[in-house]
Amino acid sequence: MAGVAGGGGGGGSNDFQWCFSQVKGAIDEDVAEADIISTVEFNYSGDLLATGDKGGRVVIFQREQENKSRPHSRGEYNVYSTFQSHEPEFDYLKSLEIEEKINKIRWLPQQNAAHFLLSTNDKTIKLWKISERDKRAEGYNLKDEDGRLRDPFRITALRVPILKPMDLMVEASPRRIFANAHTYHINSISVNSDHETYLSADDLRINLWHLEITDRSFNIVDIKPANMEELTEVITAAEFHPHHCNVFVYSSSKGTIRLCDMRSSALCDRHSKFFEEPEDPSSRSFFSEIISSISDVKFSHSGRYMMTRDYLSVKVWDLNMENRPVETYQVHEYLRSKLCSLYENDCIFDKFECCWNGSDSAIMTGSYNNFFRMFDRNTRRDITLEASRESSKPRAILKPRKVCTGGKRKKDEISVDSLDFNKKILHTAWHPMENIIAVAATNNLYIFQDKIN
Amino acid sequence: MSAESSEPASAEEQKEMEDKVISPEKVEEAKLKARYPHLGQKPGGSDFLRKRLQKGQKYFDSGDYNMAKAKMKNKQLPAAAPDKTEVTGDHIPTPQDLPQRKPSLVASKLAG
Repeated sequence: MAGVAGGGGGGGSNDFQWCFSQVKGAIDEDVAEADIISTVEFNYSGDLLATGDKGGRVVIFQREQENKSRPHSRGEYNVYSTFQSHEPEFDYLKSLEIEEKINKIRWLPQQNAAHFLLSTNDKTIKLWKISERDKRAEGYNLKDEDGRLRDPFRITALRVPILKPMDLMVEASPRRIFANAHTYHINSISVNSDHETYLSADDLRINLWHLEITDRSFNIVDIKPANMEELTEVITAAEFHPHHCNVFVYSSSKGTIRLCDMRSSALCDRHSKFFEEPEDPSSRSFFSEIISSISDVKFSHSGRYMMTRDYLSVKVWDLNMENRPVETYQVHEYLRSKLCSLYENDCIFDKFECCWNGSDSAIMTGSYNNFFRMFDRNTRRDITLEASRESSKPRAILKPRKVCTGGKRKKDEISVDSLDFNKKILHTAWHPMENIIAVAATNNLYIFQDKIN
Repeated sequence: MSAESSEPASAEEQKEMEDKVISPEKVEEAKLKARYPHLGQKPGGSDFLRKRLQKGQKYFDSGDYNMAKAKMKNKQLPAAAPDKTEVTGDHIPTPQDLPQRKPSLVASKLAG
Protein backbone atom coordinates (compact mmCIF):
# COMPACT_ATOMS: atom_id res chain seq x y z
CA MET A 1 0.00 0.00 0.00
CA ALA A 2 1.46 3.33 -0.93
CA GLY A 3 2.52 5.60 1.83
CA VAL A 4 1.24 9.02 2.62
CA ALA A 5 3.27 12.16 2.50
CA GLY A 6 3.69 15.39 0.70
CA GLY A 7 7.04 16.65 -0.40
CA GLY A 8 8.20 20.05 0.59
CA GLY A 9 8.53 20.99 -3.00
CA GLY A 10 8.03 17.93 -5.05
CA GLY A 11 4.70 16.71 -3.79
CA GLY A 12 3.82 13.19 -2.74
CA SER A 13 4.38 10.39 -5.17
CA ASN A 14 2.45 7.15 -5.32
CA ASP A 15 5.55 5.14 -4.53
CA PHE A 16 6.30 7.02 -1.39
CA GLN A 17 7.38 4.91 1.58
CA TRP A 18 8.49 5.65 5.09
CA CYS A 19 11.65 4.04 6.43
CA PHE A 20 13.09 3.72 9.84
CA SER A 21 16.03 6.05 10.35
CA GLN A 22 16.95 6.29 14.02
CA VAL A 23 15.68 5.61 17.52
CA LYS A 24 16.88 7.40 20.64
CA GLY A 25 16.44 6.37 24.22
CA ALA A 26 16.78 3.35 26.45
CA ILE A 27 15.51 -0.07 25.47
CA ASP A 28 14.72 -1.42 28.92
CA GLU A 29 11.15 -2.24 29.83
CA ASP A 30 11.20 -0.27 33.05
CA VAL A 31 10.54 3.28 32.03
CA ALA A 32 11.43 5.94 34.57
CA GLU A 33 8.72 8.59 34.73
CA ALA A 34 11.27 11.33 34.17
CA ASP A 35 12.25 9.84 30.81
CA ILE A 36 8.79 10.12 29.32
CA ILE A 37 9.01 12.55 26.39
CA SER A 38 6.47 15.33 26.72
CA THR A 39 7.16 17.49 23.68
CA VAL A 40 8.94 17.30 20.30
CA GLU A 41 9.65 20.23 18.00
CA PHE A 42 11.72 20.90 14.88
CA ASN A 43 13.17 24.38 14.46
CA TYR A 44 12.39 26.52 11.41
CA SER A 45 15.11 25.00 9.23
CA GLY A 46 14.59 21.46 10.45
CA ASP A 47 18.26 21.17 11.31
CA LEU A 48 17.52 21.08 15.00
CA LEU A 49 15.06 18.82 16.79
CA ALA A 50 14.24 19.48 20.43
CA THR A 51 12.61 17.16 22.94
CA GLY A 52 11.42 17.88 26.46
CA ASP A 53 10.62 15.27 29.09
CA LYS A 54 8.79 14.83 32.37
CA GLY A 55 12.07 15.23 34.25
CA GLY A 56 12.34 18.82 33.03
CA ARG A 57 15.22 18.09 30.66
CA VAL A 58 15.65 19.28 27.11
CA VAL A 59 17.67 17.36 24.54
CA ILE A 60 18.46 18.98 21.20
CA PHE A 61 19.51 16.94 18.20
CA GLN A 62 21.25 18.37 15.17
CA ARG A 63 21.11 17.03 11.67
CA GLU A 64 24.45 15.97 10.30
CA GLN A 65 25.61 17.66 7.14
CA GLU A 66 25.65 15.61 3.99
CA ASN A 67 28.96 13.88 3.77
CA LYS A 68 30.02 12.03 0.66
CA SER A 69 32.35 9.77 2.58
CA ARG A 70 29.55 8.68 4.90
CA PRO A 71 26.43 8.53 2.78
CA HIS A 72 24.49 6.54 5.36
CA SER A 73 24.62 9.32 7.88
CA ARG A 74 22.93 11.70 5.51
CA GLY A 75 20.49 13.58 7.60
CA GLU A 76 21.15 11.72 10.84
CA TYR A 77 20.22 13.53 14.00
CA ASN A 78 22.79 13.45 16.77
CA VAL A 79 22.86 15.03 20.19
CA TYR A 80 23.80 18.68 20.01
CA SER A 81 22.97 19.93 23.48
CA THR A 82 21.16 18.81 26.61
CA PHE A 83 20.27 20.73 29.73
CA GLN A 84 17.97 20.81 32.72
CA SER A 85 15.35 23.37 31.82
CA HIS A 86 12.94 23.22 34.75
CA GLU A 87 13.10 21.78 38.24
CA PRO A 88 10.32 20.65 40.54
CA GLU A 89 9.06 23.40 42.77
CA PHE A 90 6.66 23.81 45.62
CA ASP A 91 4.57 26.93 45.98
CA TYR A 92 4.30 27.23 49.74
CA LEU A 93 1.71 29.99 49.68
CA LYS A 94 -0.72 27.96 47.64
CA SER A 95 0.40 24.52 48.79
CA LEU A 96 0.85 23.63 45.20
CA GLU A 97 3.29 21.16 43.77
CA ILE A 98 4.73 22.35 40.46
CA GLU A 99 5.90 19.63 38.10
CA GLU A 100 9.09 20.07 36.18
CA LYS A 101 7.59 18.41 33.14
CA ILE A 102 8.20 20.38 29.94
CA ASN A 103 4.79 20.96 28.41
CA LYS A 104 5.91 22.71 25.27
CA ILE A 105 9.02 23.85 23.42
CA ARG A 106 8.84 26.47 20.70
CA TRP A 107 11.80 27.67 18.69
CA LEU A 108 12.40 31.29 17.82
CA PRO A 109 13.35 32.07 14.23
CA GLN A 110 17.09 32.24 13.97
CA GLN A 111 18.51 35.74 13.84
CA ASN A 112 22.21 35.18 14.48
CA ALA A 113 24.64 32.37 15.13
CA ALA A 114 22.90 31.35 18.34
CA HIS A 115 19.65 29.42 18.61
CA PHE A 116 16.84 30.40 20.92
CA LEU A 117 13.93 28.40 22.21
CA LEU A 118 11.13 28.84 24.72
CA SER A 119 10.40 25.97 27.07
CA THR A 120 7.60 25.89 29.59
CA ASN A 121 6.32 23.79 32.46
CA ASP A 122 2.99 24.38 34.21
CA LYS A 123 3.94 27.76 35.58
CA THR A 124 7.15 29.23 34.19
CA ILE A 125 8.39 29.93 30.68
CA LYS A 126 12.10 30.18 29.99
CA LEU A 127 14.00 31.55 27.03
CA TRP A 128 17.11 29.50 26.39
CA LYS A 129 20.08 30.52 24.28
CA ILE A 130 22.04 27.73 22.70
CA SER A 131 25.37 28.88 21.36
CA GLU A 132 28.52 27.32 20.04
CA ARG A 133 31.96 28.07 21.23
CA ASP A 134 34.87 26.87 19.15
CA LYS A 135 37.55 29.35 20.11
CA ARG A 136 39.26 30.11 23.36
CA ALA A 137 41.35 33.10 24.29
CA GLU A 138 44.84 32.36 25.56
CA GLY A 139 47.61 34.52 26.88
CA TYR A 140 45.83 36.70 29.39
CA ASN A 141 47.89 39.10 31.39
CA LEU A 142 46.12 39.06 34.72
CA LYS A 143 45.55 35.32 34.98
CA ASP A 144 47.52 32.31 33.93
CA GLU A 145 46.28 29.36 31.89
CA ASP A 146 44.77 27.64 34.94
CA GLY A 147 42.71 30.68 35.71
CA ARG A 148 44.69 31.61 38.78
CA LEU A 149 45.18 35.30 39.22
CA ARG A 150 48.66 36.58 38.64
CA ASP A 151 50.19 39.04 41.02
CA PRO A 152 50.09 42.34 39.10
CA PHE A 153 53.40 43.41 40.57
CA ARG A 154 55.08 40.40 39.02
CA ILE A 155 53.99 41.27 35.52
CA THR A 156 56.83 42.83 33.63
CA ALA A 157 55.59 42.59 30.06
CA LEU A 158 52.21 42.88 28.39
CA ARG A 159 50.90 40.57 25.74
CA VAL A 160 47.80 40.51 23.58
CA PRO A 161 45.63 37.45 24.15
CA ILE A 162 45.11 35.38 21.00
CA LEU A 163 42.16 33.24 19.97
CA LYS A 164 42.94 29.59 19.59
CA PRO A 165 40.59 26.92 18.21
CA MET A 166 39.12 24.44 20.66
CA ASP A 167 36.78 21.47 20.52
CA LEU A 168 33.25 22.58 19.79
CA MET A 169 31.32 23.27 22.94
CA VAL A 170 27.59 23.89 22.85
CA GLU A 171 26.31 25.90 25.76
CA ALA A 172 22.75 26.47 26.85
CA SER A 173 21.98 29.38 29.11
CA PRO A 174 18.67 30.72 30.37
CA ARG A 175 18.37 34.27 29.08
CA ARG A 176 14.88 35.15 30.35
CA ILE A 177 12.59 33.68 32.93
CA PHE A 178 8.93 34.55 32.56
CA ALA A 179 7.36 33.63 35.86
CA ASN A 180 4.39 34.29 38.10
CA ALA A 181 1.90 35.14 35.39
CA HIS A 182 -0.22 32.00 35.47
CA THR A 183 -2.54 30.86 38.23
CA TYR A 184 -3.54 27.77 36.27
CA HIS A 185 -1.51 25.28 34.28
CA ILE A 186 0.17 26.44 31.08
CA ASN A 187 -0.81 24.26 28.13
CA SER A 188 0.54 26.28 25.19
CA ILE A 189 3.09 28.81 24.11
CA SER A 190 3.27 30.33 20.65
CA VAL A 191 5.82 32.69 19.14
CA ASN A 192 4.32 35.54 17.14
CA SER A 193 5.25 36.24 13.53
CA ASP A 194 6.53 39.62 14.66
CA HIS A 195 9.38 37.73 16.37
CA GLU A 196 9.06 40.05 19.33
CA THR A 197 6.14 38.71 21.27
CA TYR A 198 4.67 35.38 22.24
CA LEU A 199 1.58 34.11 24.01
CA SER A 200 1.21 31.64 26.86
CA ALA A 201 -2.12 30.00 27.61
CA ASP A 202 -3.35 28.25 30.74
CA ASP A 203 -6.73 26.67 31.49
CA LEU A 204 -8.51 29.99 31.88
CA ARG A 205 -6.26 32.78 30.65
CA ILE A 206 -3.97 33.77 27.81
CA ASN A 207 -1.10 36.20 28.32
CA LEU A 208 0.94 38.17 25.81
CA TRP A 209 4.62 38.67 26.50
CA HIS A 210 7.44 40.62 24.95
CA LEU A 211 10.52 38.44 24.63
CA GLU A 212 12.69 41.13 26.21
CA ILE A 213 10.45 41.88 29.18
CA THR A 214 9.98 39.43 32.00
CA ASP A 215 8.35 41.50 34.70
CA ARG A 216 5.22 42.33 32.77
CA SER A 217 2.71 40.42 30.73
CA PHE A 218 -0.60 41.48 29.20
CA ASN A 219 -3.66 39.39 29.77
CA ILE A 220 -5.51 39.08 26.47
CA VAL A 221 -8.06 36.38 27.21
CA ASP A 222 -9.76 35.63 30.51
CA ILE A 223 -12.56 33.10 30.63
CA LYS A 224 -12.62 32.65 34.37
CA PRO A 225 -16.22 32.96 35.54
CA ALA A 226 -17.00 35.21 38.51
CA ASN A 227 -18.33 32.15 40.28
CA MET A 228 -16.23 29.04 39.77
CA GLU A 229 -19.35 26.93 40.19
CA GLU A 230 -20.35 28.21 36.78
CA LEU A 231 -17.21 26.92 35.11
CA THR A 232 -18.16 24.96 32.02
CA GLU A 233 -15.15 25.05 29.75
CA VAL A 234 -11.39 25.55 29.81
CA ILE A 235 -8.80 26.62 27.27
CA THR A 236 -6.97 23.62 25.89
CA ALA A 237 -4.57 25.08 23.29
CA ALA A 238 -3.66 28.39 21.65
CA GLU A 239 -1.57 29.49 18.71
CA PHE A 240 -0.64 32.64 16.84
CA HIS A 241 -1.41 32.91 13.15
CA PRO A 242 1.76 32.22 11.13
CA HIS A 243 1.57 35.50 9.18
CA HIS A 244 -0.91 37.88 10.80
CA CYS A 245 0.68 39.04 14.03
CA ASN A 246 -2.62 40.32 15.39
CA VAL A 247 -4.50 37.03 15.05
CA PHE A 248 -4.49 33.99 17.31
CA VAL A 249 -6.82 31.10 18.03
CA TYR A 250 -7.64 29.13 21.15
CA SER A 251 -9.51 25.87 21.52
CA SER A 252 -11.71 24.70 24.35
CA SER A 253 -12.71 21.56 26.21
CA LYS A 254 -16.12 21.84 24.56
CA GLY A 255 -14.76 21.37 21.06
CA THR A 256 -14.93 24.98 19.96
CA ILE A 257 -12.27 27.28 18.53
CA ARG A 258 -12.23 31.03 18.88
CA LEU A 259 -10.21 33.26 16.61
CA CYS A 260 -9.27 36.60 18.12
CA ASP A 261 -7.94 39.80 16.63
CA MET A 262 -5.78 41.89 18.95
CA ARG A 263 -6.44 44.97 16.90
CA SER A 264 -10.12 44.96 17.71
CA SER A 265 -9.69 45.27 21.45
CA ALA A 266 -7.10 44.93 24.17
CA LEU A 267 -8.95 42.17 25.94
CA CYS A 268 -9.94 39.52 23.45
CA ASP A 269 -12.73 37.94 25.48
CA ARG A 270 -15.01 38.55 22.52
CA HIS A 271 -13.94 36.47 19.61
CA SER A 272 -13.82 37.56 16.00
CA LYS A 273 -14.72 34.12 14.75
CA PHE A 274 -16.25 31.13 16.47
CA PHE A 275 -15.72 27.69 15.00
CA GLU A 276 -17.99 24.86 16.05
CA GLU A 277 -19.36 21.86 14.27
CA PRO A 278 -23.08 21.42 14.91
CA GLU A 279 -23.89 18.30 16.86
CA ASP A 280 -26.83 16.01 16.39
CA PRO A 281 -28.60 16.32 19.76
CA SER A 282 -30.04 12.83 19.52
CA SER A 283 -26.58 11.31 19.41
CA ARG A 284 -25.44 13.09 22.53
CA SER A 285 -24.12 10.88 25.32
CA PHE A 286 -22.21 11.18 28.56
CA PHE A 287 -19.00 11.01 26.55
CA SER A 288 -19.86 13.56 23.87
CA GLU A 289 -18.32 16.56 25.53
CA ILE A 290 -15.27 14.72 26.78
CA ILE A 291 -14.37 13.31 23.38
CA SER A 292 -15.06 16.62 21.67
CA SER A 293 -12.48 18.37 23.83
CA ILE A 294 -9.77 19.69 21.54
CA SER A 295 -6.31 18.61 22.61
CA ASP A 296 -4.33 20.49 19.95
CA VAL A 297 -4.81 23.25 17.39
CA LYS A 298 -2.30 24.03 14.63
CA PHE A 299 -2.42 26.54 11.81
CA SER A 300 -1.36 25.31 8.39
CA HIS A 301 1.89 26.79 7.10
CA SER A 302 -0.14 28.71 4.55
CA GLY A 303 -2.20 30.31 7.28
CA ARG A 304 -5.38 29.55 5.42
CA TYR A 305 -6.42 26.52 7.43
CA MET A 306 -6.19 25.23 10.94
CA MET A 307 -6.34 21.69 12.24
CA THR A 308 -7.83 20.49 15.52
CA ARG A 309 -7.42 17.16 17.28
CA ASP A 310 -10.14 15.75 19.48
CA TYR A 311 -10.18 12.30 21.01
CA LEU A 312 -11.29 10.33 17.97
CA SER A 313 -10.63 12.57 14.98
CA VAL A 314 -8.63 15.31 13.31
CA LYS A 315 -10.48 18.15 11.64
CA VAL A 316 -9.26 20.69 9.13
CA TRP A 317 -11.02 24.05 9.23
CA ASP A 318 -11.02 26.77 6.61
CA LEU A 319 -10.60 30.04 8.49
CA ASN A 320 -13.30 31.50 6.29
CA MET A 321 -15.89 28.97 7.33
CA GLU A 322 -16.97 28.81 10.93
CA ASN A 323 -19.91 26.47 10.89
CA ARG A 324 -18.13 23.22 10.13
CA PRO A 325 -14.72 21.77 9.29
CA VAL A 326 -13.84 21.25 5.64
CA GLU A 327 -12.23 17.88 6.29
CA THR A 328 -12.64 15.30 9.03
CA TYR A 329 -10.34 12.32 9.45
CA GLN A 330 -11.10 9.42 11.78
CA VAL A 331 -8.05 8.46 13.76
CA HIS A 332 -9.35 5.43 15.64
CA GLU A 333 -13.11 5.31 15.33
CA TYR A 334 -13.07 1.72 16.67
CA LEU A 335 -12.50 3.20 20.12
CA ARG A 336 -16.02 4.58 20.18
CA SER A 337 -17.27 1.22 21.40
CA LYS A 338 -14.63 1.16 24.14
CA LEU A 339 -15.37 4.53 25.68
CA CYS A 340 -16.57 3.08 28.96
CA SER A 341 -13.28 1.36 29.75
CA LEU A 342 -11.29 4.26 28.29
CA TYR A 343 -13.10 6.51 30.75
CA GLU A 344 -12.36 4.17 33.63
CA ASN A 345 -8.65 3.97 32.87
CA ASP A 346 -8.48 7.70 32.14
CA CYS A 347 -7.26 7.20 28.58
CA ILE A 348 -10.22 9.20 27.34
CA PHE A 349 -8.42 12.26 28.73
CA ASP A 350 -5.21 11.64 26.78
CA LYS A 351 -4.12 14.71 24.86
CA PHE A 352 -2.95 13.85 21.38
CA GLU A 353 -1.16 16.41 19.24
CA CYS A 354 -1.24 16.75 15.48
CA CYS A 355 1.00 18.30 12.84
CA TRP A 356 1.14 19.39 9.21
CA ASN A 357 3.82 18.54 6.71
CA GLY A 358 5.74 21.37 5.11
CA SER A 359 3.45 21.79 2.12
CA ASP A 360 0.22 21.29 4.13
CA SER A 361 -0.71 18.37 1.91
CA ALA A 362 -0.56 15.81 4.70
CA ILE A 363 -1.29 15.64 8.41
CA MET A 364 -0.14 13.28 11.12
CA THR A 365 -1.30 12.36 14.59
CA GLY A 366 -0.69 9.60 17.12
CA SER A 367 -2.80 6.79 18.52
CA TYR A 368 -2.37 3.82 20.88
CA ASN A 369 -0.23 0.72 20.63
CA ASN A 370 2.55 2.99 19.35
CA PHE A 371 0.57 3.50 16.18
CA PHE A 372 0.49 6.82 14.40
CA ARG A 373 -1.67 7.90 11.50
CA MET A 374 -1.07 10.00 8.43
CA PHE A 375 -3.66 11.46 6.11
CA ASP A 376 -2.98 12.75 2.61
CA ARG A 377 -5.37 15.61 2.03
CA ASN A 378 -5.17 15.39 -1.74
CA THR A 379 -5.53 11.68 -2.36
CA ARG A 380 -7.61 11.11 0.78
CA ARG A 381 -5.45 8.09 1.50
CA ASP A 382 -4.53 7.28 5.05
CA ILE A 383 -1.99 4.99 6.61
CA THR A 384 -1.29 3.56 10.04
CA LEU A 385 2.32 2.97 11.00
CA GLU A 386 3.96 1.70 14.13
CA ALA A 387 6.96 2.94 16.08
CA SER A 388 8.49 -0.22 17.41
CA ARG A 389 11.87 -1.74 18.02
CA GLU A 390 10.89 -4.67 15.83
CA SER A 391 10.82 -2.53 12.72
CA SER A 392 13.97 -0.67 13.66
CA LYS A 393 16.49 -1.99 11.19
CA PRO A 394 18.31 0.78 9.36
CA ARG A 395 16.31 1.99 6.36
CA ALA A 396 13.72 -0.73 6.91
CA ILE A 397 10.49 0.19 5.19
CA LEU A 398 7.60 0.56 7.58
CA LYS A 399 4.76 -1.79 6.97
CA PRO A 400 1.25 -0.38 7.20
CA ARG A 401 -0.69 -1.64 10.22
CA LYS A 402 -4.37 -2.36 10.48
CA VAL A 403 -6.72 -2.66 13.40
CA CYS A 404 -9.40 -5.27 13.02
CA THR A 405 -12.80 -4.16 14.22
CA GLY A 406 -15.04 -6.96 13.06
CA GLY A 407 -15.11 -10.60 13.97
CA LYS A 408 -12.61 -12.15 11.61
CA ARG A 409 -9.10 -11.02 12.22
CA LYS A 410 -6.83 -11.28 9.22
CA LYS A 411 -3.21 -12.20 9.57
CA ASP A 412 -1.08 -9.17 10.55
CA GLU A 413 -4.11 -7.32 11.81
CA ILE A 414 -4.45 -6.53 15.47
CA SER A 415 -7.74 -6.64 17.29
CA VAL A 416 -8.98 -3.67 19.27
CA ASP A 417 -8.82 -5.62 22.52
CA SER A 418 -5.14 -6.39 22.00
CA LEU A 419 -4.13 -2.76 21.69
CA ASP A 420 -1.74 -1.59 24.35
CA PHE A 421 -3.23 1.61 25.73
CA ASN A 422 -0.09 2.36 27.70
CA LYS A 423 1.83 2.82 24.47
CA LYS A 424 0.51 6.19 23.43
CA ILE A 425 1.94 8.41 20.77
CA LEU A 426 0.92 11.86 21.92
CA HIS A 427 3.72 13.90 20.35
CA THR A 428 4.85 13.91 16.74
CA ALA A 429 6.66 16.45 14.58
CA TRP A 430 7.19 16.85 10.84
CA HIS A 431 10.29 18.49 9.36
CA PRO A 432 9.29 21.88 7.95
CA MET A 433 10.51 21.09 4.45
CA GLU A 434 11.40 17.45 4.02
CA ASN A 435 9.77 14.13 4.62
CA ILE A 436 11.37 13.47 7.96
CA ILE A 437 9.22 12.83 11.01
CA ALA A 438 9.96 12.53 14.70
CA VAL A 439 7.64 10.35 16.77
CA ALA A 440 7.80 10.17 20.56
CA ALA A 441 6.85 6.74 21.90
CA THR A 442 6.88 7.11 25.69
CA ASN A 443 10.61 7.30 26.43
CA ASN A 444 11.90 6.66 22.92
CA LEU A 445 12.23 9.07 20.03
CA TYR A 446 11.85 7.55 16.57
CA ILE A 447 12.96 9.31 13.42
CA PHE A 448 11.59 8.13 10.10
CA GLN A 449 12.52 9.34 6.63
CA ASP A 450 11.45 8.80 3.09
CA LYS A 451 13.18 6.08 1.17
CA ILE A 452 16.53 7.04 -0.24
CA ASN A 453 16.64 5.87 -3.79
CA MET B 1 -21.93 -5.09 18.35
CA SER B 2 -25.29 -6.45 19.42
CA ALA B 3 -26.60 -9.46 17.50
CA GLU B 4 -29.73 -9.10 15.50
CA SER B 5 -32.75 -10.93 16.87
CA SER B 6 -34.23 -13.53 14.61
CA GLU B 7 -37.66 -13.11 16.21
CA PRO B 8 -39.98 -10.30 15.29
CA ALA B 9 -39.44 -7.48 17.75
CA SER B 10 -41.87 -4.86 18.98
CA ALA B 11 -41.48 -1.32 17.70
CA GLU B 12 -39.86 -0.26 20.96
CA GLU B 13 -37.39 -3.09 21.00
CA GLN B 14 -36.60 -2.42 17.40
CA LYS B 15 -35.83 1.23 18.12
CA GLU B 16 -33.62 0.16 21.00
CA MET B 17 -31.78 -2.23 18.74
CA GLU B 18 -31.45 0.46 16.14
CA ASP B 19 -30.06 2.77 18.76
CA LYS B 20 -27.53 0.16 19.75
CA VAL B 21 -26.54 -0.45 16.18
CA ILE B 22 -26.34 3.23 15.36
CA SER B 23 -24.69 4.44 18.52
CA PRO B 24 -21.95 2.42 20.17
CA GLU B 25 -21.46 5.49 22.33
CA LYS B 26 -24.88 5.06 23.92
CA VAL B 27 -24.09 1.41 24.64
CA GLU B 28 -20.93 2.50 26.39
CA GLU B 29 -22.84 5.16 28.28
CA ALA B 30 -25.30 2.55 29.51
CA LYS B 31 -22.41 0.38 30.65
CA LEU B 32 -20.89 3.25 32.58
CA LYS B 33 -24.16 4.24 34.22
CA ALA B 34 -24.67 0.63 35.23
CA ARG B 35 -21.31 0.56 36.97
CA TYR B 36 -21.50 4.01 38.49
CA PRO B 37 -25.14 4.87 39.03
CA HIS B 38 -24.29 8.04 40.94
CA LEU B 39 -22.15 9.50 38.20
CA GLY B 40 -22.65 13.26 38.02
CA GLN B 41 -25.57 14.94 36.39
CA LYS B 42 -23.23 17.22 34.52
CA PRO B 43 -21.12 14.86 32.49
CA GLY B 44 -17.68 16.20 31.69
CA GLY B 45 -18.80 19.40 33.32
CA SER B 46 -17.64 21.40 36.26
CA ASP B 47 -16.65 18.52 38.55
CA PHE B 48 -14.21 17.18 36.05
CA LEU B 49 -12.95 20.63 35.11
CA ARG B 50 -12.47 21.69 38.70
CA LYS B 51 -10.48 18.55 39.39
CA ARG B 52 -8.31 19.43 36.42
CA LEU B 53 -7.69 22.92 37.74
CA GLN B 54 -6.69 21.54 41.12
CA LYS B 55 -3.87 19.38 39.82
CA GLY B 56 -0.86 19.57 42.08
CA GLN B 57 -2.77 20.80 45.11
CA LYS B 58 -1.41 19.38 48.34
CA TYR B 59 -3.17 19.51 51.68
CA PHE B 60 -1.41 20.00 54.94
CA ASP B 61 -2.53 21.60 58.16
CA SER B 62 0.23 22.24 60.65
CA GLY B 63 -2.28 22.43 63.47
CA ASP B 64 -3.67 18.99 62.69
CA TYR B 65 -0.16 17.66 62.31
CA ASN B 66 0.99 18.91 65.68
CA MET B 67 -2.20 17.83 67.42
CA ALA B 68 -1.86 14.36 65.96
CA LYS B 69 1.75 14.20 67.07
CA ALA B 70 0.79 15.31 70.57
CA LYS B 71 -1.96 12.69 70.77
CA MET B 72 0.36 9.93 69.69
CA LYS B 73 2.93 11.19 72.21
CA ASN B 74 6.00 9.12 71.68
CA LYS B 75 4.60 6.81 69.08
CA GLN B 76 5.16 7.38 65.41
CA LEU B 77 2.36 8.77 63.33
CA PRO B 78 0.82 6.13 61.09
CA ALA B 79 2.55 6.06 57.76
CA ALA B 80 0.57 6.48 54.60
CA ALA B 81 -0.79 3.47 52.81
CA PRO B 82 1.40 2.27 49.94
CA ASP B 83 -1.12 3.72 47.57
CA LYS B 84 -0.62 7.26 48.73
CA THR B 85 -2.43 9.00 45.95
CA GLU B 86 -4.63 11.11 48.13
CA VAL B 87 -4.28 12.44 51.60
CA THR B 88 -7.74 12.41 53.08
CA GLY B 89 -9.67 11.69 56.19
CA ASP B 90 -7.82 10.75 59.34
CA HIS B 91 -4.50 10.40 57.74
CA ILE B 92 -2.11 13.18 58.68
CA PRO B 93 0.76 13.57 56.23
CA THR B 94 4.22 13.09 57.69
CA PRO B 95 7.57 14.01 56.21
CA GLN B 96 8.10 10.33 55.35
CA ASP B 97 5.01 10.40 53.18
CA LEU B 98 6.15 13.15 50.94
CA PRO B 99 7.41 12.02 47.57
CA GLN B 100 10.93 12.98 46.69
CA ARG B 101 10.99 16.33 45.01
CA LYS B 102 14.58 16.33 43.95
CA PRO B 103 15.25 17.44 40.43
CA SER B 104 16.65 15.01 37.91
CA LEU B 105 20.38 15.07 38.29
CA VAL B 106 20.71 12.29 35.81
CA ALA B 107 21.10 13.20 32.17
CA SER B 108 18.36 12.22 29.77
CA LYS B 109 18.80 8.78 28.23
CA LEU B 110 17.99 10.31 24.85
CA ALA B 111 21.39 11.95 25.00
CA GLY B 112 23.13 8.69 25.78
